[in-house]
Amino acid sequence: MAASSDRNPPPFPTAEESEPGLCDMADADSDEGEDIFVSNSNPVSVSRGVSQPDRVSEEPSDLFSEEAASSTAAKANGVHSDDDNDLFADTNVELSTDKSSSSARKEPSGPRHASTFTPSPAAMQPTSLEQLEEEEAKDSFDVDVAVTNPEKIGDGMNAYVAYKVSTRTSLPMFRSKVFSVRRRFSDFLGLYEKLSVKQSLHGCIIPLPPEKSVVGMTKVKVGMDDPSSVEFVERRRAALERYLQRVVSHPSLLQDPDVREFLEREDLPRAVNTQALSGAGFLKMINKASDAVNKMTIKMNESDTWFEDKFQEVENEEQQLRKLHVVVDSLVIHRKELCGNTAVFAKSLAMLGNSEDNTALSRALSQLAEVEDKMEQLHQEQAASDFFIFAELLGDYIRLLGAVRGCFDQRMRAWQRWQEAQSTLQKKREAEAKLLWANKPDKLQQAKEEITEWEARVTQYERDFDRIGMTVRKEVLRFESFCLLLTLIVFQLIKFWEAFLPEAKAIA
Amino acid sequence: MMEEVKETASVLSVHDDSIKVTEVLKDGDTLTFIIVSQKLSGTGEYHVDRTYEDFEWLQQHLFSQGDVPGIQGVIFPPLPAKPQVNASPRSIKQLGFLALGECQPYCKALETFLQQVAAHSILSKNKAVEVFLTSSDPPGRQKVKKNIFNRLSQAVEEMRKEGHKDVDEFFQNERDHNLVLTGCTKTAAEKFLDVVATEQKIAVACGHFSTALHLCVEPGEDPDKQAFSRVCVKLSEVFESIKKNMTSVAENNVNTLGLGLDLESRYQEAEREMLFRRTCKLVELENAQRNVEKAKPVKKAAMEEVKKAAETEFEHTSGVAKQEVKSTINNCIPHFHVSFHSGLVC
Repeated sequence: MAASSDRNPPPFPTAEESEPGLCDMADADSDEGEDIFVSNSNPVSVSRGVSQPDRVSEEPSDLFSEEAASSTAAKANGVHSDDDNDLFADTNVELSTDKSSSSARKEPSGPRHASTFTPSPAAMQPTSLEQLEEEEAKDSFDVDVAVTNPEKIGDGMNAYVAYKVSTRTSLPMFRSKVFSVRRRFSDFLGLYEKLSVKQSLHGCIIPLPPEKSVVGMTKVKVGMDDPSSVEFVERRRAALERYLQRVVSHPSLLQDPDVREFLEREDLPRAVNTQALSGAGFLKMINKASDAVNKMTIKMNESDTWFEDKFQEVENEEQQLRKLHVVVDSLVIHRKELCGNTAVFAKSLAMLGNSEDNTALSRALSQLAEVEDKMEQLHQEQAASDFFIFAELLGDYIRLLGAVRGCFDQRMRAWQRWQEAQSTLQKKREAEAKLLWANKPDKLQQAKEEITEWEARVTQYERDFDRIGMTVRKEVLRFESFCLLLTLIVFQLIKFWEAFLPEAKAIA
Repeated sequence: MMEEVKETASVLSVHDDSIKVTEVLKDGDTLTFIIVSQKLSGTGEYHVDRTYEDFEWLQQHLFSQGDVPGIQGVIFPPLPAKPQVNASPRSIKQLGFLALGECQPYCKALETFLQQVAAHSILSKNKAVEVFLTSSDPPGRQKVKKNIFNRLSQAVEEMRKEGHKDVDEFFQNERDHNLVLTGCTKTAAEKFLDVVATEQKIAVACGHFSTALHLCVEPGEDPDKQAFSRVCVKLSEVFESIKKNMTSVAENNVNTLGLGLDLESRYQEAEREMLFRRTCKLVELENAQRNVEKAKPVKKAAMEEVKKAAETEFEHTSGVAKQEVKSTINNCIPHFHVSFHSGLVC
């Protein structure tokens, strides 16, 4: 696609930021890294989000270089995904504010859509796509959410962790500009459930919430304050934040009253039946649905090759990424192990240093050894968190791909409904013909009514189908721009690692 | 084949710090080590090849110098455990750092052993050392009868005697200190072994990741796809270098700090054994003293003899031991600390 080639980022600014010495990086990194990780209500990140509207026309890469210069590349989840969100925001909401026929609005109003979309999709395709892509490039978006302050409420097995969800916005549809509420994990799952029920007819890609984890939560409930449960809560918090940011940055989802309620209302009714909504459960659901679709006898006659191509692409990518994800996971585990081992080793060195007090020289040397080892440990932690971010992003991406597949399936189901309605209509018409021939006027009337009803339904379904098609297209485009972001992030990481390597080689 | 080695004092004809274990040859299940040493007088080198059994032979000879006064007070340089070509997990654990890497750490350990023996004032005088280092024929494999290391009986009595209070404050301190130090060094060595093992695992995982990324590369004209492929290739290269880096880091760690920790811990074991032997002598002496006091006049003279012998032996042992301990402080520790420091820079 010609338009999409414009969207490739300009050659990445190469090594303009001075890479400080390895030791400095480690020290600076460690402090910043830890702080940012801990409290995500970092004023820097929030203000960047809000001031975003001023800089909408800038290239994505500029944002990145600025960010890299201001804080070192090893960032926490929160800051990274802020940028995701901002750029995302950059690229899309023109649709909701601009297009009058607003296909972004999800209320199905039949006639309006009919007027916009009845020309055959194939002909309309090139122009509308290009239009869409151009519009994506110039938008301002004004909702910023943050998830902070995980707090354990209650005791024992009934305990849960409540997070503070803060929103800052200038959109008129919200009651106030800045507000916050407390939500727990099942609330997030409940939101997803509501959204998926509603949106399943419309072909939107709904972001997937993070997974349930019985083990992790049990530890937190039981009250163990060990680092692994703290880490678990932190990971969950970051994942929830990314989830909310994706929901909020989706124009049609933002319009959804459920989302607004989630952000604004003080007390939400407890969401029940969230057992099924674990991460593995999601993918299973989606897979089951697509299996069911495949088994349906009326095989879709795909008139639009665009969909077919995209679908293939998505499937391939998903498979590849799954493999990668497995490997990256094992890498993350090993890195963490290395951290742990280095820490233990540092302690034993400390003991050794203390016990060997033969000469002042030996004492000085062993103290030096301790310090060096502590530094190395900080290094390791940094590297571990880098890898970890990468793995999380990869995981998110894979889940998103799954949701994209779900999208395609919805479209297929819509098509099938349409086809079924058409065949029912056909049968009704045949019945009418028979009645006509058999000359039974009363039943004839009923038959005519039924036919009218079914004709309306057929038209409806056809429109639904087309609309879903358009939505899916848009979604996939947005999704692709997200992929681009992912690419940029990865480039960033690559640069960081590459800078690290010559230093390491020099030492080794 | 070698003749019976005479237990006469001799002067070693090679430079002690010139001894090097240069190569190791694998022949099926046996490992042969090439040892090179410089002649003391004039130029020239001795090249000999020895197996692990030869090393053990040397060690046996050193142990069995019963008539050298105060031999029990000597800290015998430790010989590393037997290497195996297809090692079982237990023997790998025993060898610790020496099992990692190719044969380099192990050769270095053997080298240090020989250097320490050759540099030792008492041990180097043993003819077996000269034979080991210079003779082109392999030394004999006869089992030497008398051995001061009768391990089986020690096991039981060790518990009792280990805690026996010392008469000399210097030695009491040394024993306590040694106990603590041995524990610490062993723990440090184990933990460091874990660190190095994890580093190796990471290197392997990076390699896998790099390969997996390579498989993701697809040809295609779609610019997005190309961008993705480019990312994959770049990332793959990065991880390949990370892997190489990790591997060399791990290797360096093993060769420097790992080796140092291993040597240090084995040396401290050897010192512990020496101190224990001295304590045993002390117990013997005290027993002899008590026997003298309790003895009936008939036996008294005999007991007195025994006591005198024990006393002499104990004094000799203590004398040598004191020297040994003092010289270790200057000898072994700097070597350890050098490897300490260079190891951690990685």
